[in-house]
Amino acid sequence: MITTIGNSNSIGLQKGDYKGQPTSLCQGCGHNSISNQIISACYELGIVPEKIVKFSGIGCSSKSPAYFLERSFGFNSLHGRMAPLATGAIFADSSLRALGVSGDGDTASIGMSGFKHMVRRNAPMLYIVENNGVYGLTKGQFSATAEVGLTLKHQGTNPYMPVDICMEALISNATFVARSFAGDAKQVKELIKAGLTHDGIAVVDIISPCVTFNNQENAFHSYTWGKDHEAPLHEISYVPKLDEIMLEDDFLPGTINEVCMHDGSSIVLKKLEKDYDPTDRWQAIRMLEEAQENNWLITGLIYINCDSDNFLKQHNLPKKPLNRLIEEELRPSKDSLKKINDSMF
Amino acid sequence: MIKKAKVINDFSITIATVNGSGSQTANTTLMRALFKMGIPVSGKNIFPSNIQGLPTWYTIRVNKDGFTARKDEHEIVVCMNPTTFAEDLAKVLPGGAFYYADHIKFPIKRDDISIYPIPVKELVKNADVSPALKDYIANMVYVGVLTKMLNIDIKQIETALDFHFKGKPKPIESNMSMVNASIEWAEKNLNKTDPFQVEKLNKNEGLIMADGSTAAALGAIYGGVQFTPATSLAENLNEYLHQLRKDKDGKNTFAVVQAEDELAAIGMAVGAGWAGLRSMTSTSGPGLSLMTEFAGLAYFAEIPVVIWDVQRIGPSTGLPTRTSQGDLTFTAFMGHGDTQHVILLPGSVNECFQFGNSAFDIAEQLQCPVFVLSDLDLGMNQWMAESFQYPDKPMNRGKVLWEEDLEKIKGDWGRYRDVDGDGIPYRTVMGNQHPRSGYFARGTGHTEMARYSEDSKNWESNMDRLRVKYDSARSHVPSPIIDNSNKSEIGLVSFGSNDAAIVEARYLLEKEGIRTDYMRLRAIPFNGDVRNFIENYKRIYVIEANHDGQMNQLLTLEMPEEAKKFRSLALDNGLPLSARWIVENIQELEVN
Repeated sequence: MITTIGNSNSIGLQKGDYKGQPTSLCQGCGHNSISNQIISACYELGIVPEKIVKFSGIGCSSKSPAYFLERSFGFNSLHGRMAPLATGAIFADSSLRALGVSGDGDTASIGMSGFKHMVRRNAPMLYIVENNGVYGLTKGQFSATAEVGLTLKHQGTNPYMPVDICMEALISNATFVARSFAGDAKQVKELIKAGLTHDGIAVVDIISPCVTFNNQENAFHSYTWGKDHEAPLHEISYVPKLDEIMLEDDFLPGTINEVCMHDGSSIVLKKLEKDYDPTDRWQAIRMLEEAQENNWLITGLIYINCDSDNFLKQHNLPKKPLNRLIEEELRPSKDSLKKINDSMF
Repeated sequence: MIKKAKVINDFSITIATVNGSGSQTANTTLMRALFKMGIPVSGKNIFPSNIQGLPTWYTIRVNKDGFTARKDEHEIVVCMNPTTFAEDLAKVLPGGAFYYADHIKFPIKRDDISIYPIPVKELVKNADVSPALKDYIANMVYVGVLTKMLNIDIKQIETALDFHFKGKPKPIESNMSMVNASIEWAEKNLNKTDPFQVEKLNKNEGLIMADGSTAAALGAIYGGVQFTPATSLAENLNEYLHQLRKDKDGKNTFAVVQAEDELAAIGMAVGAGWAGLRSMTSTSGPGLSLMTEFAGLAYFAEIPVVIWDVQRIGPSTGLPTRTSQGDLTFTAFMGHGDTQHVILLPGSVNECFQFGNSAFDIAEQLQCPVFVLSDLDLGMNQWMAESFQYPDKPMNRGKVLWEEDLEKIKGDWGRYRDVDGDGIPYRTVMGNQHPRSGYFARGTGHTEMARYSEDSKNWESNMDRLRVKYDSARSHVPSPIIDNSNKSEIGLVSFGSNDAAIVEARYLLEKEGIRTDYMRLRAIPFNGDVRNFIENYKRIYVIEANHDGQMNQLLTLEMPEEAKKFRSLALDNGLPLSARWIVENIQELEVN
């Protein structure tokens, strides 16, 4: 995007300022390419790394925040408990943007409750699910998002219907729901940018093939299947509000649907065959149902609602971050305790 | 019927009612009126895990000498519940008094007590209040009858109702009319044959009545609590937070979030603590079990957070509305692997207030979870207490580095580096804009720079440092309260809400010629004072309200060479300990 000047971005940082430790994930893991897109998105948006706070649970995906944005604070928490931990932490300084990376086991199995409660609270966080359908770290058992009938070498055939993370988010009244495919770098990056700007919970389910345990050609979470069955809703460009809105050549008038983000920036969607309106929740749910029936991997921005208040705003917090309040601001006066004592029986 | 001399200001009243019948208002009104008469008093609510229908008892003890522990003896019993009638009748001490609602038709075969039937239904029927309210005021009948029969000051009954209904004239009026009608009826119809009555004293000057959970919540507010998930303890918090913690622009300097379960509650609290907020959560029973995994994470990732546990009987759901001190050993080692936690043990309502505040200082200084073990008796019953004292020390936020601090040391710091030799490292919190401030917290092995590491040397040195930190904790936690003035051979050791029973037991034992000294523990880990006390006595009685003698176990682990002198007195019957039980057990063991 247009925010880069030479080798540095709009705030004078270089891409290296956004990097992390070398990855310890398998070569070719979809999670690594997502990490790279997080780096690119933050670099291009010109976000100060210290203004991001990273969260994760436990699993391959949850290790990945160590591999990007090293200067940002982060917390690799417990299996399935990223959501409550992040929910408490974000109160400390609401000027920070929270970025959570979880996996399908972490979110859709052990962490389903926390995930859905965080979504229903509209807690402001970009909630990325790196979804590979297996528990990679413990040698590839089926996760809750594995498709029914999938046969893996050591696990046999999965007998259960999968959990659709986007559907779960939608029915919990998420205000931003998107899906992408780790192999579609550009779309992943644009959705991350949009999600980072969304003022509320932004759930981005990214199908991320596990090269070791679940990459059979016929499997939903494989590269081959993903590439063959991906049906993007629209091409997406995220346009920060400070920049001139520039359209790429193939964005012709009449095919563009510009969705306004809460902070005044906008996301531009290129429609394909359908006249898809991502602000229509009913249509989003119907579309996900149809996709499941037709075996489509629908990618793109599935739903967005910029009108709900985020969770922190409901708490009437001061402008000064809570974690910078000092004793004089936190301890009520001596006089007030006298009144309390007088009010007791 | 045995005639006795008057017994003034020294007896227990037990009131048997049906849960959900609104007896709490009547019972606390009686207790408060007695309190305002200047007589030392306590109230224990023995209630079922049920919203409506099961039997419930409330025991009020008045004692001119200030002994307010629960008594096993019942001088006066009021029975409003047919299902417990026989049991309640049998409870009355010889020479005692038995009041009952006369629509309960059971044979009464006791002639050693005074019996007072009360026409509750008729009095309620004739009451001058709207029919809709009649059910709510039925229990005020026994308030009126006892007011007359025990000589309670009617003005103080009105004061208590005025407080209860926050000055709203209508309910005060309708309750008072029922009380007055009952007094009138008692005057005309009852002939007092029992010796029990009250007289004004002047012993409660400057005291208040409060429960431990309200005190804990207030203490936390004056301790600067900034984040808590909503729970029943936090209900008190919520009420007072909005009153006490707005900034000059009317903004909240705190946040309360309704968590979906205990896993989420502790998770949010740990997240907030990590991010630099004074954070607490509260729980009881199996809720504490659910918090175990996060407790281990917070211990290892070194995150300050305060967890209040209002103990009740377990294991499992246990007796959910009965008191106990059974979470001690579980909490001490909560988490898998080598985990040792800091525990505070408040012994009074005032200590609940004090620890409500100081637990944050300790947690932030030590960078670890601090558990405060209250119990149902201390947390939920009303106790006489001193006025709450304003914290006498400034807040101590511990070793936190902000931008200017990092600037001074040129960003040269490591999250888990022991700079001061006390095992306590320095920390930064999110929002710090210094480029060297950030780090990735985790429960996995890490270096002193907070980098992931599976290296066994790193692991061992980190665990060794945590051990040093735990030793440092000994000088941060409150010391035991020791009374060694008797220079006895016998040391009593206890903690928490048992204090009232032990103080009384020592008095009774001394009358029997058994002099004792006493140490009330207030924290784990134990400090040097604890060891010194124990070394000085031939026999140590460890007195506690749980089944297995858990404090005895912990002391044995701490000083195995002293273990031979420990004698465990442990009782886990769901009731606050009584002095009599302690006295009888010590007498028996002292003979042998």
